[in-house]
Amino acid sequence: MLRKLFYLVPVVAFCALAGYFALALRPDRDPHELPSVLIDKPGPEFALPSLNGGDRVTSDGLKGHVVVVNFFASWCVPCREEHPMLMRLAEKEHVPLYGISYKDNAEDSRRVLQLLGDPYRRIALDRDGRTGFDYGVYGVPETFVLDKNGRIRKRFVGPLAADTVQNELLPLLQELNKS
Amino acid sequence: MIIEIGHFALILAFCIAVCQATVPLVGAARRNAGWMAVGRSAALAQFPLVAIAMAALIHAYVTSDFSVLNVVQNSHTDKPLLYKITGVWGNHEGSMLLWVFMLALCGAAVALFSDNLPPALRARVLAVQGMIGVGFLAFILLTSNPFLRIADPPDNGNGLNPILQDPGLAFHPPFLYLGYVGFSVSFAFAVAALIEGRVDAAWARWVRPWALASWCALTVGIALGSWWAYYTLGWGGWWFWDPVENASFMPWLVGTALIHSAIVVEKRDALKSWTVLLAIITFSLSLVGTFLVRSGVLTSVHAFAVDPARGMFILLLLVVAIGGSLTLYAVRAPALQGGGLFAPISREGALVLNNVLLATGAATVLLGTLYPLFLDVVGGDKLTVGPPYFNKTFVPLMVPVLLALAVGPLLAWKRGDLLGALQRLWVAFAAAILVALLALYLSGETRVLPVLGLGLATWTATGALVEWADRIKLFRLGASETWRRARNLPRAAYGMTIAHLGFAISVAGIAASAYAVEALGVVPVGGSLPLAGYTLTLEKTERLNGPNYLADEGTVVFRRDGAVVTTLHPQRRFFPLQQQTTSQTSIRSSLIADLYVTLGDPDEQGGWTVRAYYKPMVSWIWLGGLVMAFGGVVSLSDRRWRVGVASRARFAARAQTAAGD
Repeated sequence: MLRKLFYLVPVVAFCALAGYFALALRPDRDPHELPSVLIDKPGPEFALPSLNGGDRVTSDGLKGHVVVVNFFASWCVPCREEHPMLMRLAEKEHVPLYGISYKDNAEDSRRVLQLLGDPYRRIALDRDGRTGFDYGVYGVPETFVLDKNGRIRKRFVGPLAADTVQNELLPLLQELNKS
Repeated sequence: MIIEIGHFALILAFCIAVCQATVPLVGAARRNAGWMAVGRSAALAQFPLVAIAMAALIHAYVTSDFSVLNVVQNSHTDKPLLYKITGVWGNHEGSMLLWVFMLALCGAAVALFSDNLPPALRARVLAVQGMIGVGFLAFILLTSNPFLRIADPPDNGNGLNPILQDPGLAFHPPFLYLGYVGFSVSFAFAVAALIEGRVDAAWARWVRPWALASWCALTVGIALGSWWAYYTLGWGGWWFWDPVENASFMPWLVGTALIHSAIVVEKRDALKSWTVLLAIITFSLSLVGTFLVRSGVLTSVHAFAVDPARGMFILLLLVVAIGGSLTLYAVRAPALQGGGLFAPISREGALVLNNVLLATGAATVLLGTLYPLFLDVVGGDKLTVGPPYFNKTFVPLMVPVLLALAVGPLLAWKRGDLLGALQRLWVAFAAAILVALLALYLSGETRVLPVLGLGLATWTATGALVEWADRIKLFRLGASETWRRARNLPRAAYGMTIAHLGFAISVAGIAASAYAVEALGVVPVGGSLPLAGYTLTLEKTERLNGPNYLADEGTVVFRRDGAVVTTLHPQRRFFPLQQQTTSQTSIRSSLIADLYVTLGDPDEQGGWTVRAYYKPMVSWIWLGGLVMAFGGVVSLSDRRWRVGVASRARFAARAQTAAGD
């Protein structure tokens, strides 16, 4: 009997998988937003080496302005998809973007930015993913909005889509800059 | 009119597929020869019909018929003829048609080359093929119809994604799809065997050539795709662990396990239910890959246009095909009695190890690919775990695979002599150490992984040669006797040796790629850049007009100690229609190393971004893939697969079973 149950394992495993697939297809799912337990809490502190030399990039250094922090990596395909949007935000909307190169070689990150263009004011190197861990980053890309006091106000998981930027990110930045 | 003929042919193919899926099945259950024979005729009728549909769509592309929506969305009159044809499968609808075309091709091939199969088994195999056909033809006709017309034809179309405008598109998808879909045949054989409740040596003998042929096509498809990515994407990588790459890699891994475990069924009548499960899983993973690529649940460089209805439809197909076959497996497989017993140290044992490792590898890749999706369901989206994950999990699994690969073929069936095998492998061990030391010396570095990889590759390659030399008693008997043995050695044995050599060649290429050197700089015309002992000079750049693009072509001269080694011409192409820029790399390939150069953006001062790589042995990666596939083809040409042999073997197997009772 037990032996027979053993043969059920594949089909049961598949059912679980199919269940996930079905949930993933749910049309009402808002795919770009993942609530962070850190919302409205001070962002984790960090002091990371800068990709382009100079002083360390620190969490304290970001305070005083509303900033957008973007975790990226050269090995990440969705980041490439997101990249034109970041360039647009930096050039057209003048959004203060700070990059954190997540679990990546400095050399590789630099190469990608040289190839595609660099939208960031400064870039920090999170070689071992420590800061990403503190921020609760699952993978890349992820984007955080920090207010003037360095509190996390919003988290975007995955590439920033045009409508998310238009309807959520830009209005939020405007509102935060007013206060 | 031609478009309507194509559409109609596809609908007809669907109707015939419905017959093929039902009538032979009923016939096999009732032992009605006439009904069973319907399977063959239906499969043979379906292929020309799908071919007509394919031809009609190609015709619409070649003649730029912009009354067809699919042509408008993906073609343009200025596009060169080659890309008008290959552009047919450069989009979702057309590529699904190619998928079904390959399926119909496989169905017709089974119908033609299965005269030696018992009629009931053949009827059931063709019926299962028919069911798959029904599902995918319905998918095309209902959600992804390439034959839709539009009321107001525009003057011109939107063109094809510039990245796809490459000769690679002509070969990579057809081979890949032939591989994916080819595994539907072993799937159909597995399901048919479960319905019959019987798996024996003859079954393995029938299923193995189909699995092997599909495996060869898939190997070539993956190798071509990786090569294409290497020269086209312009950053020198050749594998990105992208979901779509993984979608092709997982069936390859399980398919590799399948062609090995089927040997055990054939020779030793053991591992039956496991082999059946592998056959089901291989094709299931092809289907899961199709779902992942086309439902838009994951992000990838290959992403097609997304439509939730399509995703739902494919998911339904998955549930019916995979869920159904695995349920059948759960019900029927416990009754499959294993035959030959074997000790852990034996040829069977080695093949089981191979299977366990490859299946674990596939599971790791599946987990890494789906991890973002699992999060997705929690609410997140579109992340990649990326190479860090795969390098830590998948790569270490390949170390024991390589270690065991040299030993396995030297072990005897049932009970092997591990010590004896290792003793015979001393040459391989010595060669591996020698190469590892050589790599350390030449690179002047102390990184462990590339040295380990090169050593293991040498171990595997030499091991394969040792096994071959062992069989023909090289240097132990006279030259004429050795020559006689070499000639009489079955093709299947040669196939194995060649395929294992090919694998070693790929591994060596992958390991050596760690020694790549990169140079990047903004170079004015006349300026130079050093790269791994070479000096690159950007002699000039000029503006060229392509058929549907503008190009800046650089002339880059590679010199070594002042002497010109080679001159390369990388291009930066701008496609005005899509407002997109692509970089056309220029590469000088050799077995020792590739010299690779791309031209980037110009800056305001008249300098050009030039990126160049020195990539030692990188072409070995794809060469190894081709050698592996060639080994498969050699094995397929073995005379024991030919007509009559299999049915005699089945007869013998039955006689044996009867005698055993």
